[in-house]
Amino acid sequence: MYLPDFDYHAAASVEEASNLLGSLGTEAKLIAGGTDVMRMMKEGTLALKSLISITRVKDLKSITHDQEKGVVIGALATHNEVMLSPVLQEKYMSVCETAHHMANNQIRNIGTIGGNIANAVPSADFLPILIALGAEITLQTSSGSRSMPLEDFFVGPRQSVIKQDEILTEIIIPEKGFSGSNYHKFGLRRSGALAVVGVAVAVTMEDNLCKDVRIALGAVAPTPVRVPEVEELLRGREISAALLEEAGQVAAANCRPIDDIRGSKEYRQDMVRVFTRRTLRKAIDAGHV
Amino acid sequence: MQAVQDKEGIKRYLITLHVNGDSYTRVVKANTLLVNVLRDDLDLTGTKKGCELGDCGSCTVLLEGKPVNSCMVLAVEADGREILTIEGLAQNEKLDQIQEAFVDNAAVQCGYCSSGMIMSAKALLTSNPDPTEQEVREAIAGNLCRCTGYVNIVKAILSCRKSEEGSE
Ligand SMILES: Cc1cc2nc3c(=O)[nH]c(=O)nc-3n(C[C@H](O)[C@H](O)[C@H](O)COP(=O)(O)OP(=O)(O)OC[C@H]3O[C@@H](n4cnc5c(N)ncnc54)[C@H](O)[C@@H]3O)c2cc1C
Repeated sequence: MYLPDFDYHAAASVEEASNLLGSLGTEAKLIAGGTDVMRMMKEGTLALKSLISITRVKDLKSITHDQEKGVVIGALATHNEVMLSPVLQEKYMSVCETAHHMANNQIRNIGTIGGNIANAVPSADFLPILIALGAEITLQTSSGSRSMPLEDFFVGPRQSVIKQDEILTEIIIPEKGFSGSNYHKFGLRRSGALAVVGVAVAVTMEDNLCKDVRIALGAVAPTPVRVPEVEELLRGREISAALLEEAGQVAAANCRPIDDIRGSKEYRQDMVRVFTRRTLRKAIDAGHV
Repeated sequence: MQAVQDKEGIKRYLITLHVNGDSYTRVVKANTLLVNVLRDDLDLTGTKKGCELGDCGSCTVLLEGKPVNSCMVLAVEADGREILTIEGLAQNEKLDQIQEAFVDNAAVQCGYCSSGMIMSAKALLTSNPDPTEQEVREAIAGNLCRCTGYVNIVKAILSCRKSEEGSE
């Protein structure tokens, strides 16, 4: 399986990469881990004149905790680096677990969190949990930068608001005082399978009272989505098994999945019901530890 | 990275790969995959090509000590980096302990997955000399075998654990 011809540029800095993207135009694309780009080019769904590699850009890999900003994840951090990050293991184990359940070890060693986001695939596993945690992203060009909530980034399958010369440099999880969070990827196999549905929950509990909750679903709409109907149902309520089942039903009723080879619309909706209930339970229980 | 343009206007790039302790300088096109340089230019055909989409793991090599699918990595991206292939495991004609264990446990049937499987096992045992069975199975989850049912492969890898030393 061979790749079509293209030019290759190894950018040494974000500025250089941005300038190259700007001057080479829409027939040029960034490559980070390349796990998506290679696959699409091999399958013939992506044709490009130039690839601009950012893997040699320094300082885009670190995962740190900043008192003011929160946890800052460099866009080039690989899935395995996310999984093994001491900062994330301490603050957001749910993000490490998400990484752990992605792809396989080989892909986790090269695939990056920035690529997972920028690719904007509805089933991408990092999206629901990061949205539930209220993550923000920074997009940088050679002349400036802007930031936005991650949930505002997506427009449709493989479509986002990113501009041609922008580079996603960091993902920030601000301190929101959640007591627990969890992501459940429901795939047809444990390894190397994409999510049929993905459910992420971040919750703030006070004893059995739900003070605040954010729920995001993956693979059930053209973009990852929040489910405000469920969040409103739960906020300010005492948690009971009946309430969690109702939450699952409301989530299922408020999502619009498609039929495809991984599952029918009806099946996906029912799995949303089941996994919303279970993921809520896990995030809530984590809050009591 | 140094590049030259050929008569047809196609660019070629000068790269140096450090493979199994030797350095090789080659001129490659941007679209040359690491697996193809290893197999076609360096004659290191122990690394196999299977699905070529990152699913099957038969092309697994260690890049800076970590298992990756060499079918998903551009040769230009591997410039200046350390690569270990199955050919680099044996030392002075003596097989690596994992290779011996695959032979002893009948973990090789058709053999097509073995190189990748052994490279994944090598990386695991280097970073975690005493893995649990679960950890072994996870480490090779990206290496598909259609013959063995994995039982003897897992047995072979487990037999190389530090805690098994001298237990024969
Ligand atoms: C076998 C296999 C299994 C997989 N399993 C999973 C899975 O379980 N879950 C899952 O979610 N995904 C999975 N994937 C998809 C893929 O591995 C991930 O989406 C990965 O995170 C992509 O990152 P990358 O660095 O390889 O992206 P690349 O392929 O390098 O880039 C992807 C896209 O993002 C753009 N891009 C990359 N970095 C940036 C940046 N910093 N700023 C702006 N744009 C950028 C590129 O231009 C490109 O359009 C799998 C892929 C394979 C091949």
